[in-house]
Amino acid sequence: MRYLPKSDEERRQMLAEIGAATIDDLFSSIPAEYRLARDLAVPRQQAESEIVAYFRAAGQKNATDYASFLGAGAYLHYRPVIIDALVQRGEFLTSYTPYQAEITQGTLQAIFEFQTMIAELTGMDVANASMYDGSTGAAEAAMMAVRVTGRHKAVVASTVHPEYREVLATYAKHKGLTTALAGYDQETGRVDLKALAAAVSAETAAVLVQSPNFFGIIEDIPAIAAIAHANGALLIVSIAEAVSLGIVRPPVEADIVAMEAQSFGVALCYGGPFCGVIAAKEQFVRQMPGRLAGQTVDGAGNRGFVLTLATREQHIRREKATSNICTNQALVALMATIFMAVYGKEGMRELAEHNLAKADYAAKTLGSQPGAKLRFKDTSLGGAPRFHEFVLQTEEAPAVWSRRLLENKIVGGVELSRWYPELGNCTLWCATEVVTREQIETAAKVLAGVEVEA
Amino acid sequence: MISDTEKNGPRTLGKVRTHPTQNEALLFEKSSPGKRAYKLPPLDVPAVNSAKLLGAAHRTTPGLLPELSEIEIIRHFTRLSTWNYAIDLGMYPLGSCTMKYNPRVNEFVARIEGLAEAHPYRPESLSQGALEIIDLLRRCLLEITGMDAITLQPAAGAHGEFTGILLTRAWHESQGNPRRKILIPDSAHGTNPATAAIVGYAVENLKSNADGGIDLDALTRQVDEETAALMLTNPSTLGVFESQIHRIADILHAKGALLYMDGANMNALVGKVRPGDFGVDVMHLNLHKTFSTPHGGGGPGSGPVACKAFLEPFLPTPVLVQNQDGALRWDYDRPQSVGRVRAFYGNTGMFIRALAYILANGPDGLRQTTEDAVLNANYIRKKLEDVYELPYQTASMHEVVFSDKRQAARGVKTGDIAKRLIDYGFHPYTVSFPLIVHGALMIEPTESESREELDLFIDAMRSIAREAEENPDLVKSAPHSTRVSRLDEVQAARKPILRWRP
Repeated sequence: MRYLPKSDEERRQMLAEIGAATIDDLFSSIPAEYRLARDLAVPRQQAESEIVAYFRAAGQKNATDYASFLGAGAYLHYRPVIIDALVQRGEFLTSYTPYQAEITQGTLQAIFEFQTMIAELTGMDVANASMYDGSTGAAEAAMMAVRVTGRHKAVVASTVHPEYREVLATYAKHKGLTTALAGYDQETGRVDLKALAAAVSAETAAVLVQSPNFFGIIEDIPAIAAIAHANGALLIVSIAEAVSLGIVRPPVEADIVAMEAQSFGVALCYGGPFCGVIAAKEQFVRQMPGRLAGQTVDGAGNRGFVLTLATREQHIRREKATSNICTNQALVALMATIFMAVYGKEGMRELAEHNLAKADYAAKTLGSQPGAKLRFKDTSLGGAPRFHEFVLQTEEAPAVWSRRLLENKIVGGVELSRWYPELGNCTLWCATEVVTREQIETAAKVLAGVEVEA
Repeated sequence: MISDTEKNGPRTLGKVRTHPTQNEALLFEKSSPGKRAYKLPPLDVPAVNSAKLLGAAHRTTPGLLPELSEIEIIRHFTRLSTWNYAIDLGMYPLGSCTMKYNPRVNEFVARIEGLAEAHPYRPESLSQGALEIIDLLRRCLLEITGMDAITLQPAAGAHGEFTGILLTRAWHESQGNPRRKILIPDSAHGTNPATAAIVGYAVENLKSNADGGIDLDALTRQVDEETAALMLTNPSTLGVFESQIHRIADILHAKGALLYMDGANMNALVGKVRPGDFGVDVMHLNLHKTFSTPHGGGGPGSGPVACKAFLEPFLPTPVLVQNQDGALRWDYDRPQSVGRVRAFYGNTGMFIRALAYILANGPDGLRQTTEDAVLNANYIRKKLEDVYELPYQTASMHEVVFSDKRQAARGVKTGDIAKRLIDYGFHPYTVSFPLIVHGALMIEPTESESREELDLFIDAMRSIAREAEENPDLVKSAPHSTRVSRLDEVQAARKPILRWRP
């Protein structure tokens, strides 16, 4: 076996030095009746070339040459090539969690830089070294609010990603956290502030909203914060599209931001690994879950970094820990760190502006086709601002026109009725900077039933 | 303390010789306005007035991100990388962490375009390649564990524990009583009690017996009709197989409690014995341990949960199923499900890597891997047991746990020995765990070490034992060869500096 660095002769010698006659002597503590006396029924040992061929074939079944307007919590952005060049350095790729700080300063400094940039972008004071993804980050943020406030109710906007809400329900169920849903305004697609205000009370631990929300619409964070804070509740803002922070005002009124950083240079990879992050105001840091890197000095006064405030964590506090999280998404956070460094202060804005422009053009083009319209009011008509997603409503059923689009190698928007039964014939479209004008115009023609030349 | 280098100039110690590493400031300290590392293509749609479009939601103050050129970013992260230890540099004997070789073909195939760019909401008809990979991995893991059903959704080991205990709770609820407590041995990982707590269970500690294993009498006394499960690591964190495993399962099952297995130490079992055959009801795997996906400085991982058929109705949604025509699809109609534990379907990128590892090994390679892992641990045990105290004499599997008892008599603790190992070119072993061994040195070599590397490690450990006798201060002030010496963790925690500020 090519990964095993031993000859049979070396194995024999080592057994002899141990004083064992056969390798099975070393397994004698396993009762004989449970020992597997046969080969595992898994595929036979493959050559590297066979493995590559197998996965290439699988990749081809996953048709690659389609234009895509899919978003909904997983976004296709251009990934600068230096990200993969750097994260594939073995010193990053094959290093463990940096508990031994003297020989992991590289990972630790990079985490410190990640924490700094996330804090800068979100308008929070501190950020952790990552959570599994945006959904578990939002759920853990809600649990954090319970610890901070000592209250056990949460009000969740129905415009939070439906799968995030499902995850929150799973986490909340056994911790005595009950949740109430606040609906959205039919005209603007924003959370209904009246409904929200009615749902929040002096027993509310947290208000959880997403912005841009699941429909791509930017929530009125100052107004939502006012409602939460007037009742002594914390405001948690979930951000599923990190690139929005280049141009959208950060939710500085929030107490906790739970973010998905997949957009920062992380491949879609059929939904994971992604990169959740929790950022918060400084006074809540001791209730945060997950790892934190902090700056300190060594014996000679050199600057260095260590994992710190570990008394929050499971390996120290066991059942009293803030979370059971151990392994996080460190290498993915490193991808995000490199992405943020590549785009930098100006690039992050420019990139976000390109996304804004593409989606604006796509919304106008698709929304003006016969039988199609934008479900929520445009800003020009007194609606709320969007980032790079929009909801399209069609007279024709999406199942019908999406077949037409697929024939033209275009994947259109996601059908919303699977999560929002009231939004029949509504689809959620996304146009990032990688979508071209030609793709948008072709999609519009096919949607309208116009023949497209091959 | 004068370092070896300062006294004698660069010299070889163990397998290393010191060489300069480059200094590197923080990204922010290197930034200057106007530098760029990106270039966007010309915008092919009309530009928009962001301030007008976004109104009050327009960001007027950009985040203070650095401004750098591409070469500076490459050098920055390359220099940082040289400050890290890694499996690619040498042995990483961290007990319970299974730091094995991370094959490069895994990285290659995970980046194949059709897989890396697959959107999770693409129609299933366009996602069959990804679904087939998930299906094959699922079938392989079921065969390896001897279980009946599996979910790949959990993102890491602790997330798998959470899912497994959710299944346990849901099943008990379906029987009319969720029950109140989870039994956890005192040798367990911290994630086990933390997990039990977040699923709403009381944690009851189970004391280990004189061999460091499960005390059957104590277990019999403590298991009752309010016990939901025992969370057991097998082999234990001492690296010892619970040879009474079936009696443990019987005692639990007699009271209606379940046996949960923490699969952290599955690297000792693959191809030799299957948890499903010895009475386990539900367990998690760590693809980033046993199945070679990289640790990446702390993650990502993947923590599939395998279970017996009676727990299958409770698996997280969605569940992968096959249509009559052979096409694979996600089934969301799961009325008894515990719900979702994360968005989408799991860390698919890790599934690809783990499957590549299984294919590279085949049944013979997987068995040989386990045998070599156990051989290596026993070799280290044999070669060190005369200089380090072995608190438990029970047979070791894939890891061996010593204590610092002899060295502590000279004031040298396990943490000091660990730091001194760094000077010899090794990553430390796991320090002070499991908690049932005072001053533990927990060593897991994995199968990835050659005899030469093991001998160098053994020489280093023996040399440090001598130093502890002859020059304890040298060990207590280690490491002496690193960029930074021991860091002030107290200051870091007392006045936390968690971000750079201008």
